Amino acid sequence: MKLLKLSRGRLLPALEEPLAEVSLDAWRDNPQEHAEATALTISNDTSLADVKCDLHGFSVIILDFPAFKDGRAYSQARLLRERYGYTGEIRARGDVLRDQIFFMARCGFNGFEFSGPNADEASAALEEFSFAYQPAADDASPIWRKRLDRAAAA
Amino acid sequence: MYRYDEFDATMVAERVAQFRGQVARRLSGELTEDQFKPLRLMNGLYLQLHAYMLRVAVPYGTMSSKQMRRLGEVARKYDRGYGHFTTRQNIQYNWPALVDVPDILDDLADVEMHAIQTSGNCIRNVTSDQYAGATAEEIEDPRPYCEMIRQWSTFHPEFSFLPRKFKIAVTAAEHDRAAVKVHDIGLRLYRNDEGETGFEVIVGGGLGRTPYVGHTIRKFLPKKYLLSYLEAILRVYNLEGRRDNMYKARIKILVNSEGAEKFAEMVEDEWAQIKDKDIDLPREEIARINDYFAAPAFEKLSEESAALEEKKAADKDFARWVRANTAAHKAPGYAIVNISLKPIGGIPGDISDVQMEAVADIAEKYSLDEIRATHEQNLVLPHVKKEDLYTVYSALKDADLATANIGMVSDIIACPGLDYCSLANARSIPIAQRISERFADLDSQEELGEIKIKISGCINACGHHHVGHIGILGVDKKGEEFYQVTLGGSGAEDAALGEIAGRGLSSDQVVDAVEKLVGVYRERRQDNERFLDTYRRLGAEPFKEALYEAA
Repeated sequence: MKLLKLSRGRLLPALEEPLAEVSLDAWRDNPQEHAEATALTISNDTSLADVKCDLHGFSVIILDFPAFKDGRAYSQARLLRERYGYTGEIRARGDVLRDQIFFMARCGFNGFEFSGPNADEASAALEEFSFAYQPAADDASPIWRKRLDRAAAA
Repeated sequence: MYRYDEFDATMVAERVAQFRGQVARRLSGELTEDQFKPLRLMNGLYLQLHAYMLRVAVPYGTMSSKQMRRLGEVARKYDRGYGHFTTRQNIQYNWPALVDVPDILDDLADVEMHAIQTSGNCIRNVTSDQYAGATAEEIEDPRPYCEMIRQWSTFHPEFSFLPRKFKIAVTAAEHDRAAVKVHDIGLRLYRNDEGETGFEVIVGGGLGRTPYVGHTIRKFLPKKYLLSYLEAILRVYNLEGRRDNMYKARIKILVNSEGAEKFAEMVEDEWAQIKDKDIDLPREEIARINDYFAAPAFEKLSEESAALEEKKAADKDFARWVRANTAAHKAPGYAIVNISLKPIGGIPGDISDVQMEAVADIAEKYSLDEIRATHEQNLVLPHVKKEDLYTVYSALKDADLATANIGMVSDIIACPGLDYCSLANARSIPIAQRISERFADLDSQEELGEIKIKISGCINACGHHHVGHIGILGVDKKGEEFYQVTLGGSGAEDAALGEIAGRGLSSDQVVDAVEKLVGVYRERRQDNERFLDTYRRLGAEPFKEALYEAA
């Protein structure tokens, strides 16, 4: 595993700082006991609407890809960013491969526990598409807005 | 029809470049077949029984002559000289070499085609009515909405790893040729009592192991909210759909386990939070896409053509073809022409490179440069002048494409079956061929009228047997192919799932069985009843009796 972080559109290897992790269940049971925790792990079958606690105290929220095919965390990441206003790091853990990173980044992930080969080449995956058709949690302007802008400029 | 601008062209070109890199990593051994599989599946490339199979998208079934010509060239240059139109308005090539696939995709990108999301657990090619833009039945052309969905769903970052594949169909006509009630989402564009147009949203239909007719979760959705409402449905499904068992992972299982009402509530709750968040297209973009589908400049013609009537009187085969294979057009003096890809004894949906070129030439000259693929594995020339029908017929006949059997007993849907598919339990194609040969006589086919036979080679139901008036399902019984017959299904506006008639039949018995069923209909039908109407009136008993009477 290699930790990669997204910074200004590029994926850079990051030092693995020690995280004080706590699972959502453990933290909900006894927040005092986990007052030192800096990272929250949320399983991918958790409904974020039911979390009902302040996530902003955590510098990292870790979402899980038990298999690359299991895409629930894509929705969870978008909800954290777009609905719950979480601005810290959202980190992908589990089956995190080169060819999924583009989608993850668009959904709001900015930390990756990269599990595939050739981590140093993973950054290229972010360069493969110049545009996006739809808005998501990143700052890409959808193609339809670019069309409008272009028409307005003409 | 829609044309790419530089954004669309860039997206497709970049996808080809990305896939070229992935193929190179596979060929060099950097990727194992296991690691390559999810990547190729995102791009319509399957590993079948004997070879790779490439599925090319034909968005909502609409093609230009140039595109059809290119599809023929691909078949000749990279495959064995033919292609196969599928039940989702796509085309498949059965024998491409892996090393050639990036070049094939480049050749397709040149004519604004691609294989994006033709497989994988993502939103697949959107399908529609093959008569869109040509039939007087529709309230407006549904294809602009299909194109909006195509763009929104392309590389959707949140919905590329859904629990299972996801199919959307759109229609705007009373008579449903797009089978919207048996799709993950079916959208029916209609005008409500206030005179506004919007969508009825039907969710959770589908065939496969657990067939369901879809539920209407919203009676009327204003058109401008199309994409945000779809996003809400997909988000609920992505988060809540089952992932522990691939056979229970389609949205139909979620809708039916939650109950349609509860599911609708979940969607409405989600939608309420995203409906004004910039997901829906602005008016200008909707107008831009609509403009591409503006009705072509039809000539002002009188409804009747004397030349046509004369030819019909002189040539009885032509007259039959006109009756069987043409449909009413919205513009006076025009007709919609169906091209049957079901020649007697042929393989349903197959078409040779030479035939594709012939269709391209004919469409260019006589159908305003447009061609459609149908979910029943045929083609359509949507805009033919009645005065040109005889010329078109003659050209089609020269290309062996003039079988007059649309909607009839030999117009059979069949999946590729055990001849190609690694999932199949039994062969489908030879059964279709033998039924077609048994009923070869076109006079008696016409006399029988509409009978929809649909054949699947396994429980995954790619041949839509559940919605066949007569459905045939191949099963494996101790290494022998057996066939289970279902009766009374329909994929149209009167959607229904067929009932199993009884014990399975051997490959030798199945053609006789169809003949017996048709025999009951022939004896007992009243007035202008179709096979399905007679079945619904009489119930299953007389048909079962005929099927299983002591020999």
